[in-house]
Amino acid sequence: MKPDKSKQPMPPVNVWGPAVGLAWLIPGGGHFWLKRYGRAGLLAFAIIGMYLFGLMMRGALFQPGRGPDLLTTLIQYGGFIGNICSGLLYMLTVWLGYSQPDVPGAVHDYGTKFLVTAGLLNILAMVDAYEIAVGRKA
Amino acid sequence: MPRVTLSHFEAALLFAFFTSIVFGVVTKPNDRERLHYALYCFAWFIVALFGLGWLMFLGHR
Repeated sequence: MKPDKSKQPMPPVNVWGPAVGLAWLIPGGGHFWLKRYGRAGLLAFAIIGMYLFGLMMRGALFQPGRGPDLLTTLIQYGGFIGNICSGLLYMLTVWLGYSQPDVPGAVHDYGTKFLVTAGLLNILAMVDAYEIAVGRKA
Repeated sequence: MPRVTLSHFEAALLFAFFTSIVFGVVTKPNDRERLHYALYCFAWFIVALFGLGWLMFLGHR
């Protein structure tokens, strides 16, 4: 009979915290910390590449705030969460003064989606780093 | 920061490329399966891209 993985106790934070924290701050950083250099390089290439293309397409960053309706509010907060999941990339972008207004246009719109998706892909990388750190994955 | 202007198709290809890499890396246990899964995801992105493109084209006629 297979052990029920959902009943496993949560490992202590000091086991997975540094890897997950680093994975959030620097895409691929968690895998690098865990000595998975090849995977770290691929994740960094894909996530940073997507983020940089988003900036070069002049995508907009989301601001948390209430919109005129519930859907707009959800999009604003969801987009903001996606943006901040890029870690240092997002912080540097804001600190260096990037402020692209959300203007109509296919390229801008793709850029906005690239910026959010980079953050969402980084969440997958963080989850993967967590699973490696606690020994659920090789 | 230089500015790039891509077509819909180029932007979608780039999106599929980067996303497929991450899907391949985080979901499979070894390099061979990772490569296969990344290519598989990329192929499905392209199929969906053309499928939705044709759907929108026919829907607007």
